[in-house]
Amino acid sequence: MAIPVEQLADEMYEIVKESAGVKKLKGGDLTKAMVAKYGDDVSRADVKAAIRVLIDSGRCVYGYFGGSSIELPHTEAAENQ
Amino acid sequence: MPDNELKLPLLDQLEEGPWPSFVKDLKEQAARRPQVGQLLEQLEQSYENRWDYWRGTAINVPGYGGGIIARYSDLGEKFPQVAQFHTIRVIESPGFVYSADALRQLCDISEEYGAGIMQLHGMTGDILLLGYDNEKMMDACEALMDNGWDLGGSGNGMRTIPCCIGPARCEMACYDTLMLTKYLTDKYIGYLHRPEFPYKFKFKLSGCGNDCANSVSRSDMPVIGTWRDDIQVDQEAVTRFVKEMGQEWVIGNVTSRCPTRCIHLNGDQIEIDNRNCVRCMHCINVMHLALAPGKDRGATLLIGGKRTVRSGDMVASVLVPFQKLDSDGAYRAFSGIVERIWDFWGEHGNEHERVGEFIDRVGLGTFLDGVGLEPDPQMVANPRSNPFIKFEEYAAPRLDGEPHKAANVLNREPDREEDYEGEQP
Repeated sequence: MAIPVEQLADEMYEIVKESAGVKKLKGGDLTKAMVAKYGDDVSRADVKAAIRVLIDSGRCVYGYFGGSSIELPHTEAAENQ
Repeated sequence: MPDNELKLPLLDQLEEGPWPSFVKDLKEQAARRPQVGQLLEQLEQSYENRWDYWRGTAINVPGYGGGIIARYSDLGEKFPQVAQFHTIRVIESPGFVYSADALRQLCDISEEYGAGIMQLHGMTGDILLLGYDNEKMMDACEALMDNGWDLGGSGNGMRTIPCCIGPARCEMACYDTLMLTKYLTDKYIGYLHRPEFPYKFKFKLSGCGNDCANSVSRSDMPVIGTWRDDIQVDQEAVTRFVKEMGQEWVIGNVTSRCPTRCIHLNGDQIEIDNRNCVRCMHCINVMHLALAPGKDRGATLLIGGKRTVRSGDMVASVLVPFQKLDSDGAYRAFSGIVERIWDFWGEHGNEHERVGEFIDRVGLGTFLDGVGLEPDPQMVANPRSNPFIKFEEYAAPRLDGEPHKAANVLNREPDREEDYEGEQP
């Protein structure tokens, strides 16, 4: 049974939150985590759609340094206010 | 800030000489905008101290992963108006053709929200709008999108696609570069706005071997127009050309400059050994009224070009010798190849590894296996010197105990010659 995209997004958000400050996660890492959990019930397209939900809602942002990681919104160290 | 208040002795030197100077233009702009004066003052200080005071990072516009190149100044307290001086990348029109209204829109947005400085076009092909702070940058993005513009690519995703002017104004174009640019941009806009790859991925589209889009050394996947039948020759026009320029000139400037010596002047007629023609375009460029590309036109797909960063400059090499690009079906076949490359590279590429570096690391045979393409002799630019070709069976093991293993491409049964009949130029 296919897993709803919103549910995937929520679960991926928790993973990103737990990894914040420890490891920068990329889209592939989240895909592997979801496939490991749900097997054939999730596809890469589902995970991509869930990532878009996270980015569009502003719950996560793309990081630039060290590869295109998916991170919690933050202030870059270079930024001056 | 009036011009006479700026103390810029080093920058002033850049105004000397007969060539155009950005300093002169920016000084004029500074007379209306103090922000630009501070930009010049910071640059003067950079020249004086030989130090770059810009710090770069990324800014996320909601829903996007790129398009804004953030620049923060280390001298923000001294030059507060350039403390944040970001650049917005905007997707350009294919072939760089604009209506006057479109340019006015960009100018208005640039004047209202930014420093009033635009660059058409950057090396990436994008329109660059310079000089935005965090707040006005978002307003400028809204204004751009309200007028039908969209943000360009940056970061580890597909980049904005530049192309040559193509059939819009060039008789040499072997496929519709403008249409393919629009097709790829529309189809892959998600990849352009969201950095989902190991590193950047650039297309550049050139309609013929003249490569006006600089694709072969500046893009991961150049698409260069070509043909697979014979060069079209108008012998009457050749005769007129020879009569006008003289035989000696034609031999010295056309036939003897053919890289494969496949073109000959016989009296006042041209003879071409098309089988040995490498489509370099030289004879067609010089005798463009007498010679033209063949009628069976398409494109060569190449892979792996890039400028220096992680490793040195790489020139792209052939991936698909000939691909028709004249129908929706042909476009879909092309995008199928592209997506297989993205899947394989995305899965196995290292962080910040361009696709050319990836092929260099894993070997062309493995790459072709991964993307489901058959090896072809035309993929080898120079035998034994092409960096993508690895001959593992001849190389010493890199680690003790590592077994010798031939690249997959060498294990393949050779095809029969007749399989290629009629398919290759």
